[in-house]
Formats: sequence, structure tokens, C-alpha cells
Amino acid sequence: MVEPVKSIVTPIRLEYDYTPGRATSRFLRGIAQHRILGQECPSCLKVYVPARGSCPRCAVPTEREVDVQDSGTVVTFSIVRVPSENIHFELPYACASILLDGAGIPFFHVLQGLAPEEVRMGMRVKARWVPTEKLGPTIASIECFVPSGEPDAALETYGEHT
Amino acid sequence: MAENEETEQSLHATHVLEYPFRRSLGPILEKFFTGLAERRFIGSRADDGRVLVPPAEFDPVTAARLGEDRLIEVGPAGIVTTWTWVGKPTAKHPLDRPFAWALILLDGADAPFLHAVDAGGESAMRTGLRVQPRWVEVPQGSIRDVCWFEKED
Repeated sequence: MVEPVKSIVTPIRLEYDYTPGRATSRFLRGIAQHRILGQECPSCLKVYVPARGSCPRCAVPTEREVDVQDSGTVVTFSIVRVPSENIHFELPYACASILLDGAGIPFFHVLQGLAPEEVRMGMRVKARWVPTEKLGPTIASIECFVPSGEPDAALETYGEHT
Repeated sequence: MAENEETEQSLHATHVLEYPFRRSLGPILEKFFTGLAERRFIGSRADDGRVLVPPAEFDPVTAARLGEDRLIEVGPAGIVTTWTWVGKPTAKHPLDRPFAWALILLDGADAPFLHAVDAGGESAMRTGLRVQPRWVEVPQGSIRDVCWFEKED
């Protein structure tokens, strides 16, 4: 008599070859050199980061490349309390939408270096990069964002992105 | 120039998206999977007398609950009712050589169920073929406890 089988594992798995395209490839190559590259729309002057190669509002190519700072403002955030495989951050932790200085759209990353209940909109944060020898063309080259210690930003500076 | 071309090329990388779902089976399907761990096929008798494999929790016609009293052992051998040939198996397939996906009507069942058939070659595969399961060495209570079906001895 065998033990009753109460459950089965039925994994859903997709393996695919991801091609980010030329604009985002330039962004990722920039990351490998400790730079965050955006592209500015020639029409509305919005800076997209990561760049996708065109402005979805103006429907024009974005060719001018601009460096964006690795510091920014928390626009909105979410506290993660559910574990996932391959995510090594200790629970609970905060994910935040961060408006990098010089960027026109927010950027998504993990916040560390503070208790999740301390996270707030307008909080100033700075990227924590992996050691130089480990930099590569992947967003994982930025380990996380941490509080920069600057005073909170005024709502007018990021409010349109909330 | 060569370097420029290089930097203008798009990157690419292998991405894997996986959800490792664990599904609880409930009192009826639990018997089917436990049966596999014992190298047995368990079906259930519906209200109209048909035997379904895997067992149904609810009658497909009347929607009435089908209890454990409806469970019945079928097989293990059966007959191929229809099939399709897989000439180029992928890494996920149960065989690394060409095989058939087949609907197999197990002895005593009235509805076929899907599994792989190792026929040896497409020309040896046919509707009406009598097949028997080849079991893994140590069944765990998974549909993969049946490696595949093959021509009956």
C-alpha cells in the first residue's frame, strides 16, 4: 500500500530567446559601463529610460541619447510579502517605481537599506551597483536602490507619474 | 567599423518564465494518482454507465457528484483509437525518438485518455493497435510513472 498522493506539481514553463531590440540593447550596454542611458523624444522632450527607440505619444523615433542620473525619487511602491524562487531579498521588502533624475518616466526596482514601513512617496533614493568587475548588460547590475538621505522631493516634481 | 556594427546589434538572452504550481488533487483524482504509484489505472463509472479515465469528480452529463463508490480499476492494456505522429520530439517530450501521441481506450473503459506510444516507427503505428504501459522503475504517483505505451506482448 503506497502513501496517498494528495497533490502533484504541474509547472508552467516558458523558455524563450529574448531580444530587447537596438535601443534597449544600448541601454543594457550602458548599464555594463555604469551608465543609465535614456533617449529624448525630439517632439515632446520626454526622456525614456530604458529607451525603446520611439516615443509612443508622438510616434517619432527617439535618437538623441542622454545620460540619466542613478539617483531619483520614489513615485509609488509596493511591499512584497510573498516569497518567489530566485528572489533573494529578505521578506518583506519594497518594490518602487523610481523617477530617476533626468528621466521622463519612472523605472522599477527594489528598495533596500530601510524597513518597508519607512518607504514613502517622494523619498530620495540612489542606485547601489554591483562591484565593477561584476557589471554586465543586465538590470541586475543595479543590486537595488537605497535611501540617499536627501530631504523628500516635493510632490510637484514627481506627481504626474503617480 | 566592425566594432560599430557589433555595438549596433541587438543583445539576446535566454529567459525562463516558470510557475511551479502545486495542485491539490481532492478525493477522486487522488485515487487516480495513487493508483499510478501502484501501477494501476483507476477510472469512475458515470451515471449513464460509461467508465471514464481519469475518474471524473462530477458526471459530465448530469453534473451529479461521482463519489468514491464509483471508482473502478481499468486496463492496464488498451487499444489505440486515434493518434498523431511526432517526428521531431522536443526536450519536453517523454521520448527522445519519434513517437505517437495517442488516445488509448484502456480495457474496461468507455472514454480514451491521452498518452505517448512508442511504436518503433510511424509505419508500425495504427488505430486499433493493442498497447500496454511501460512503467518507470519507481512510480511516484505521476502521469510520468507511465514512460509510454508500447505494443502488447
